[in-house]
Amino acid sequence: MLKIENLHVKLEEEDKQILKGLSLEVPAGEVHAIMGPNGSGKSTLSYVLSGKDGYEVTDGSATLEGNDLLDLEAEERAAAGLFLAFQYPVEIPGVGNMTFLRTAVNAQRKARGEEEMSAAEFLKVIRAKAKDLKIDADMLKRPVNVGFSGGEKKRNEILQMAMLEPKMCILDETDSGLDVDAMKLVSDGVNALRDPNRAFLVITHYQRLLDHIVPDVVHIMAGGKIVKSGGPELALEVEKNGYADLMESA
Amino acid sequence: MAVAKEKLLARKRDALAERLGALTLPEGGAWVTEARKSALGRLEAMGLPAPRDEYWRFTKPDLLNAPKPAPAAVFDHGDEMPVFGEVDRLKIVFVDGVFDPAQSDDLTLAGVEIDRLAEAAKADIHWAKGVFGTVELASQTPVERPLAALNTAFATDGVLIRVTGKAAKPISLIYKHEDDCSDAILHNVVKLEPGAELTLLENGPAAARFNKCLEVDIADGARFHHIRAQGRDHERQAVTGMFVRQGAESLFKSFTLTANGRLTRNECFIEMKGANASAHIAGAALGHGDFHHDDTVFITHDAENCESRQVFKKVLQKGAVGAFQGKILVKRGAQKTDGYQKSQSLLLDDEAQFLAKPELEIYADDVACSHGSTSGAIDEDMLFYLRARGVDKGTAMDLLVIAFVAEAIEEIEDESFREEITERLESWLLRRRG
Repeated sequence: MLKIENLHVKLEEEDKQILKGLSLEVPAGEVHAIMGPNGSGKSTLSYVLSGKDGYEVTDGSATLEGNDLLDLEAEERAAAGLFLAFQYPVEIPGVGNMTFLRTAVNAQRKARGEEEMSAAEFLKVIRAKAKDLKIDADMLKRPVNVGFSGGEKKRNEILQMAMLEPKMCILDETDSGLDVDAMKLVSDGVNALRDPNRAFLVITHYQRLLDHIVPDVVHIMAGGKIVKSGGPELALEVEKNGYADLMESA
Repeated sequence: MAVAKEKLLARKRDALAERLGALTLPEGGAWVTEARKSALGRLEAMGLPAPRDEYWRFTKPDLLNAPKPAPAAVFDHGDEMPVFGEVDRLKIVFVDGVFDPAQSDDLTLAGVEIDRLAEAAKADIHWAKGVFGTVELASQTPVERPLAALNTAFATDGVLIRVTGKAAKPISLIYKHEDDCSDAILHNVVKLEPGAELTLLENGPAAARFNKCLEVDIADGARFHHIRAQGRDHERQAVTGMFVRQGAESLFKSFTLTANGRLTRNECFIEMKGANASAHIAGAALGHGDFHHDDTVFITHDAENCESRQVFKKVLQKGAVGAFQGKILVKRGAQKTDGYQKSQSLLLDDEAQFLAKPELEIYADDVACSHGSTSGAIDEDMLFYLRARGVDKGTAMDLLVIAFVAEAIEEIEDESFREEITERLESWLLRRRG
């Protein structure tokens, strides 16, 4: 599904190399987790893959189902099936959550040459999905993320993911700012979307999220590349011993 | 200093003499002639606006002063339905400033008395005496408004509306523009008797150049809603004045949408004379290229416990200029005043310009008054968030533009009008992107 090879990325504005030859492959149907200390480049990876401005790819490649991602605009990547659940979902005053979601769903459908969803159909689908995530009608009506609590923002990200039905989901520190109950709710939302045709890349600091969203593979990232990969037990090892040992052994 | 001032005034009077060469004081009955002569008198004393006048520093008055308007091409609307086209309303149509009976409805409406100025001016006495030219006169202090005085003196037509009850439906003034060189002057008066209620709609560019006055007298407990769209002609020039007097527990709510127009100067003067009154004035302006848009607002709190809101949003690009001058004056004794003023611009590129001068002048000690003025670009994080969800850049920008002006549109009380204005904007933005 997602294949990253020897990816080198620097900041556009300053001469600072962040990703230094990162390689990674996430096959369809699998959940991979990336763990790593602060400053290892985890968030940069998620932004570069989703097409945020301000980064320069100096070497390497990233493809989604064989298509070059790095050549596409952010919206084209989304239409191709890439989804980033933001670590810090953005507040957009003045744009209703529902309007936003419907615009997004139909923009992607249009880009893929599919028929747009009617208002009635959209309403029916979103109501059902919102209910599962305990998102009430008021939250759907309010401006995007404005006045939402940390947990509400993250649930709203998962709702967007559920509505857009992407092929490749990147979750950037989705557990940050969540209490235990909210983490359960969000994880259930993610697990419900697990599918043989869909892949997940879960970026996290802590092992606890991986108790809820059990990964197939865990990668440890440090210094801008993957330094070690293994099964779920690798996450437990990190939790117990910290990153220092692993980085040394790498 | 005194000599310089004299010189400046002499120049303003010279400009007026040149302008008046093209105008003659209309004939009429006693009441209107008195008002017109009085207006001409104050106009002659003031002369025309000059760039050095305090309230004309941001906006060059040349195009509005000139004896003849600069030609303005008529905008091709294609098959687009006119704004308010689907609203059940009483239509009064002016084409290049000339009343068109064929396109207008019968001027009869339950709870309302409607006369055209052209007809009412023939009589020796009319109920509009006491409003016509009077609220405009009040607005001349402390800021001179020569173009409004010129309007009162020389307008030959317009509508005089007296509302005695709750108007059965909105009155819709439609200003069509068909002649590239037309120069229209219209003067409207609305008088709301105690407890009365009216929604007034205005739309259209009116002419190549338009000078319009609207005087509104709102008696105790009366409610006035005003929603305006100023047409889409790119080259038209307009100076409009809205002069308002409010009684106790009255409501005034006005919203103006401006998209395009070479020069727009929208002045507003509101005087709150009775306690517990509420005045809200809002505007959304979107311009690109040769676009200059100026809101000059003056709100006087002259009674206790009144509330006023000013919400102005301008979206500017490609050299467009927006100006805002807003003042809240709280007179001695106007305790418990709640006044708020917000003027914001969204600058879509480096060439756009926004000029703002918020002012508060307060002579009472128990008041809450504040203002906020900002200029900013499109928020890159918001833009990326939208694009990361698959919304293309153009649509995402439009969404953010609409979101930016939404707060001004929110000032419209009626939901269906809010929706209509928002949908219009969406379709115009879409069309602009082609």
